[in-house]
Amino acid sequence: MSPFNLAAINFVWLPILPLVVVTVAAMAVLLAGVRVDDSESEGLGLLTLASLAVAFVFTLGILGQYGVAFAGAISVDSFSAFFELVILIAAMFTVMMSLDYAAENRIPGAEYYSLLLFSVLGMMLMAAAGDLIVIFLGLETMSITVYVLAGIMRRNAKSNEAAIKYFLLGAFSTGFLLYGIALVYGATGTIKLGPIHDALASGAMGSNPLLLAGIGMMVIGFGFKVAAVPFHMWAPDVYEGAPTPVTAFMAVGVKLAAFAAFIRVFMVDFASVGAHWQTVLWVIAALTMTGGNLIAVVQTNIKRMLAYSAIAHAGYLLLGMAAGVRSGPAILYYLLGYTFTNLGAFSVVIALERRGEAGNQISDFRGLAARQPLLAGAMAIFLLSLTGVPPMAGFVGKFYIFSEALHQGYVGLVIIAVLNSVVSAYYYFYVLVAMYMQEGGVEVERLSARPALVAAVGLAALATILIGVYPQPYIASAANAFHSASGAEGSHSAALEP
Amino acid sequence: MPPFLYIFLGALAIVSALGVIVQRNPIHSLLALIATLMTVAVLFIGEDAVVVGFLQIIVYAGAIMVLFLFVIWLLNLQVETGPTGHLALKLFGSLTAALLATELFFILAPPHLQVKFTHEPVGYGSLASLAGKLFTDYLVAFEVTSVLLLAAVVGSVALARRLPGTDDPRAARKTAS
Amino acid sequence: MQTLIQNLIASGAFGKNPPRDLVAAIVVFVMSLVVFLAIALPFAGIVTWVERRVWARIQSRVGPNRVGPQGFLQWLADGVKIVCKEDIVPDEADARLFKLAPFLVMLAFTLPWAVMPFSSSLILADLNVGILYMTAVTALTVVGVLMAGWASNNKWSLIGGVRSAAQIVSYEIPAGLSIFPVVLMTGTLSMQGIIRGQGWAPQHWFLFANPFTFVAANILYMSSLAEANRTPFDLPEAESELVAGFATEYSGWRYACFSMAEWGNLFIIGAIITTLFLGGWQFPHVTNNVVAMNVLELITFSVKVLFLVFLSMWIRATLPRVRIDQLMTACWKYFVPISFVNMIGTAVWVAIWPDGNVAMGYIMFAGAIALGAIFIQRVIYYLRRSQMEVYLNPTI
Repeated sequence: MSPFNLAAINFVWLPILPLVVVTVAAMAVLLAGVRVDDSESEGLGLLTLASLAVAFVFTLGILGQYGVAFAGAISVDSFSAFFELVILIAAMFTVMMSLDYAAENRIPGAEYYSLLLFSVLGMMLMAAAGDLIVIFLGLETMSITVYVLAGIMRRNAKSNEAAIKYFLLGAFSTGFLLYGIALVYGATGTIKLGPIHDALASGAMGSNPLLLAGIGMMVIGFGFKVAAVPFHMWAPDVYEGAPTPVTAFMAVGVKLAAFAAFIRVFMVDFASVGAHWQTVLWVIAALTMTGGNLIAVVQTNIKRMLAYSAIAHAGYLLLGMAAGVRSGPAILYYLLGYTFTNLGAFSVVIALERRGEAGNQISDFRGLAARQPLLAGAMAIFLLSLTGVPPMAGFVGKFYIFSEALHQGYVGLVIIAVLNSVVSAYYYFYVLVAMYMQEGGVEVERLSARPALVAAVGLAALATILIGVYPQPYIASAANAFHSASGAEGSHSAALEP
Repeated sequence: MPPFLYIFLGALAIVSALGVIVQRNPIHSLLALIATLMTVAVLFIGEDAVVVGFLQIIVYAGAIMVLFLFVIWLLNLQVETGPTGHLALKLFGSLTAALLATELFFILAPPHLQVKFTHEPVGYGSLASLAGKLFTDYLVAFEVTSVLLLAAVVGSVALARRLPGTDDPRAARKTAS
Repeated sequence: MQTLIQNLIASGAFGKNPPRDLVAAIVVFVMSLVVFLAIALPFAGIVTWVERRVWARIQSRVGPNRVGPQGFLQWLADGVKIVCKEDIVPDEADARLFKLAPFLVMLAFTLPWAVMPFSSSLILADLNVGILYMTAVTALTVVGVLMAGWASNNKWSLIGGVRSAAQIVSYEIPAGLSIFPVVLMTGTLSMQGIIRGQGWAPQHWFLFANPFTFVAANILYMSSLAEANRTPFDLPEAESELVAGFATEYSGWRYACFSMAEWGNLFIIGAIITTLFLGGWQFPHVTNNVVAMNVLELITFSVKVLFLVFLSMWIRATLPRVRIDQLMTACWKYFVPISFVNMIGTAVWVAIWPDGNVAMGYIMFAGAIALGAIFIQRVIYYLRRSQMEVYLNPTI
């Protein structure tokens, strides 16, 4: 008998076509960049952008499909498609921000863009994973490349510090996740998400200590990646030191991917043992929101402030997770809005940065409204959305998450969250005040010389408003995505027809 | 594998693993780590995972540990001397470790969780069955690993390659001669 | 092996109902001792004498010819002398590791003999992962070498150890990758299985199975020389720069361990390549007498191995030492990529011709003969041109 039971693998190429495109593109960029000077890397960026767009189109093809592929290693459902699409959007925005930034700062183009693509591959794998090993490998691919990206400005001491710090803590946290995976495997005897779901849903596992220890370890591992308090220590320094487009990519892409895997594993597969982990997440969510917002208040550096704000937003998302399965669609919708808002905010930060001296202080925003009214207006939109002021995307997202949590009786947590939102208004408005009511600050380089960056700011602002004003289709697709994940696994997970 | 051999090897692995953290000389720690990995390899072989065991010897004991040694030499790590931490910290650390060990014991103590020995099918651990698993069940993981390694190589080269404009010792030598 | 143990138990030599494991352990121990004392050690010794004689002839010298007939007993005299010398452990050395290192090197030299396929029956243990085992245990040398280099607390030793380790770790990759083509074709890692996959005739050897295996065999041979620190890759013990490399501080029998392992490894290299590419012990079936067949096979195997050992002596006597950057360039920029091509090429070949392509064997064998003929023709041409006197008599 041949040990190669090829029939059982179920080769279906369509679901992994976006992944293949991204991988091939990464290698192509690497090869194409051999002779490209560091200060002329725009071409490579455009190649990256084009390949991401191709992957985006292929991902659209997955929407509506349903099942598992490659012996259960890849989940094919709207959930993975949703996250893959958002991740690709985030990556495209990052590339648009990087086009001029990379060339101006003489970042090695071939390495930068290919690592970015590899990182996107890891993120998409985390979103599409059908077993814990693939989640782990996706996480590693994403993390290792982002460690390097954070330190890719090698002449910059802060960039180096960010890379080392992120690497050490990240590697440590990955160990937790891996050990958690091993323990869950030990408890359930399987590594595939569908069978794990079935094993837990059958109730035979009870409160198996191995399983509980495994879940705990995995909470720590994911907690590091989404920068939840008390696993957030790395975030501010790393966000500050990394090149700003990479910071944006980290704040959005890494968070998206980590939440994709976090949600799929916990809210879908561990849902039946929710009693064991929801309390933990309750505490972590409360700590994360409060810690992130309170420390953000005293920041003077915009990147650090956005880092703490990102921590706080992770807290709101964890609130949704703690509240249980019903808030799943709300989390997805919130992530969508958060993606555009944060990418936009970082684009504005890049616009203020100048070669040699970074314009990263909040004081640099003084009087921006007078000099660059459109840029200031866009920043105002992003800040209002982050605060949660209607009609921006941030408001609808927060409202949606909080109301779902209230419906399920998490009154205490929602009160903490609302109080935190009030606190957050202080530091977001501080920037607004600086822009509109104070004078001074730094000159902004001619924006017309950086069309891609302007496009990024504009598109992000547009999307932030659009998603907020007309949320129904996005809420619908988020709900559809989440329900497809919770339906696709478990007892009726069927292999796709090739 | 007879139980006494299993226990002996397990104890050996634990003792040498302790040696890694207890010894102050980094080279001695490294050699202890090699011993640990070798013992684990023998355990693999004893459990019929022969290919994995030998690969462990080749890859870890043979290659990766040597690279570790190079790093130690490159950074010129010396024998640690002097105090390594506050007494309170040490006390707290050992107390936590003891607590965790107790916890682990209670986790593993229930009889229904204890290891059950099962007979593996014929050919278990052989190259063919390993390859069969890798190219069917774990195909995606296997392929992604290669991409991961490629990304890691690209990343480390990006961080380690000579910056343009900095001194190239070879170029300097050429111009001098 | 199994039958031997069964017979021993049945014969009652160990009393009634002896524990099977114990008997097996004793038998394996005794047989290992025999293989080691009767084959490995004398081989390592004799080869030192042979090597010196071969070099001498290549360099138009006489070489050792005083002790015994034609100086044959030179190795015994050297051995006795070195064992009688004082075993010095330097004051500043890390004594524990210093003493341990030669044992590790000896261990890595001893273990491969367990799977050495001398003939169809003469093999201690035909592991189903034989060749993998071979690679794994020879890789242990590096630990001993590094330990020796570091524990000596001597700059030459350390540099020698680092060079050796870098070299071994690097060249293990092309060497390992060059084994895969053969494994791909036979589907087994067992030494005997690989040999049985070949025939006695050269066109059935894996060396000539396809162009990729031919290249793989050459890469494996060169990488093995590098792993064994042989000239032209003997940087770790380059006398002119590093005294004796990692073994500088060693004396007496500990030093003998290192040199014995080094020369003994020549046999192991030869045996690996003979097994993988040269048809191992395969000999035409001329008699039904099992003992006679085994003797013939043993002779076949030994002749092939000794030819490869001779080849390495020849190389050592004629080629200059490479530089360290040339060494690394050769490995990482040429051998490793070529090895990957070999692997993929063989995979494609096997996919097209699952049972091998006999015609290719003949073509490649003919090509090899042609190459040899051209080589000999050139040698004769240059000998004539330089009007050199040639003495073909090996004894002086």
